[in-house]
Amino acid sequence: MIDMDRRTFMEGAGVGIAYAATASAVPALAESAPHEAPTTTVSLTVNGKAHTVTLEDRTTLLDAVRNQIGLTGTKKSCDRGECGACTVHIDGHRALACMSLAVTQKGRSITTIEGIANGSKLHPMQAAFIEHDGFQCGFCTSGQIMSGVALLKEARSGWPSAATPDVTRPFSYDQLSEAEIRERMSGNLCRCACYPNIVDSIASAAKEG
Amino acid sequence: MHPFSLSTVKEVDLAIRAHARDPNAAFIAGGTDLVGLMKDRVVLPQHLVDIYHLPGLDQIELLPDGGFRMGALVRMSDVAVNMHVRNSAPMVSEALLLSASGQLRNMASMGGNILQRTRCAYFRDGDGTPCNKRSPGSGCSARHGINRNHAIFGWSDACTATHPSDVAVALRALDSIVLVRSASGVRAVPFGDFHLLPNDTPEKDNVLGRGDLIVGLEVPNRPEARRSHYLKVRDRQSYEFALVSVAAALDLDGHNIRSARLAMGGVAHKPWRLSSSEQALVGVDIGDANKLRAAIARGFDDARPLEQNEFKVELAQRAVLRAVQTAGARA
Repeated sequence: MIDMDRRTFMEGAGVGIAYAATASAVPALAESAPHEAPTTTVSLTVNGKAHTVTLEDRTTLLDAVRNQIGLTGTKKSCDRGECGACTVHIDGHRALACMSLAVTQKGRSITTIEGIANGSKLHPMQAAFIEHDGFQCGFCTSGQIMSGVALLKEARSGWPSAATPDVTRPFSYDQLSEAEIRERMSGNLCRCACYPNIVDSIASAAKEG
Repeated sequence: MHPFSLSTVKEVDLAIRAHARDPNAAFIAGGTDLVGLMKDRVVLPQHLVDIYHLPGLDQIELLPDGGFRMGALVRMSDVAVNMHVRNSAPMVSEALLLSASGQLRNMASMGGNILQRTRCAYFRDGDGTPCNKRSPGSGCSARHGINRNHAIFGWSDACTATHPSDVAVALRALDSIVLVRSASGVRAVPFGDFHLLPNDTPEKDNVLGRGDLIVGLEVPNRPEARRSHYLKVRDRQSYEFALVSVAAALDLDGHNIRSARLAMGGVAHKPWRLSSSEQALVGVDIGDANKLRAAIARGFDDARPLEQNEFKVELAQRAVLRAVQTAGARA
């Protein structure tokens, strides 16, 4: 069996499709009206690696990461900041790539789902999602995992949530109940309604620290 | 999105100048509202002035009187988790934690938060239905349309939309100050004067003009702030805008209310202060639910529900009662 991970496989398959699409699409594009959108060349640091890309100013971080940089683990679902599928970390904080303009991300450190494993060793949150069946179709999963990873960091830093009984008291990590996890994950929707297993996955990863 | 150009500015004066000279320019900070509005073709600025890296606007500072000042670019999550805010004015933290999602709170700035546009679905329908706020003179589709989520106070035939911010409601109750800088210097706008009622010009949400930039928000130390609570009632338990919400803050003399501050969200075009209820609550025993209810009702004498939101009048009063009781029970 060829030693090829899923990413390499998908990239290989994608190239074939792209070539096929280009052949028929070129005449149509040439006939359409010229469409000048201002562009900027910017260096984006994604998963520790700098990428110099020239982008239309209107390009979202989500489109830049997927289409220019080729990291397609971050998913586009609602594209309106409502579903959380595009969750990434910006300077260590979870954020929505679909509502961020890429050219404003200069100097920031972006982490996507592709950047959290340690080589071939999964991040504990990834492993927990597999262990607890934290997904069905899997489309929202990278966003769920990125949100879950950040959630534990926030809780460790003493951040309260709307599920915290009294915000005037410091929040301690051992208060991270199921209700807390559900509230803190409310920005990540799952169309398959895999919520019980997502909560179990995060609770399990939380116990491991 | 439509094509636009974006420039990043590093000095406040340059940002103000760039905005002042170009009628098609818009400031962008966290972008959590503006990017959505552009995607839905509700607003189509030709040039964005990126202010997220302006220096000196990202701190929460204590004021000499014990209150605090938030730079305009402080993120919602920074304020929500700040221990001084949580202790001195818990409803400010609660309002923020009940807003949006963890991701959006990490992105959105405090200045941008109070500038959010309404969630009225007709306004957000950029290619479609008449809306005086989006397209002045085109009419209000909500006036006799789907208006379950709309205003019960202060609306006009031109617009029945509500203001979507939660934390603005808490800031209104505390008579906070909006610090606005322009080419002519900084002016302090009382929070109650900042947002506008729709009247005949619903396209204007607030008093800001071209070349005006919010640089900070000040929350003075109010005797009621410590014993405060923010209650939000919505169709979903989390990650949803308010049907009605209440910011309640009390100063107690034993069991009796010495003074009260009450503001509501989800009921008007701006955070709505219940001044008549506040006055009627003075001297009332916090344990006497009937008297509390009667005092709160005073603020609803001028409520004018629309076809689909009469339920809000009762829901709002019950929410105020619970918020007052919860605030009163705070140590």
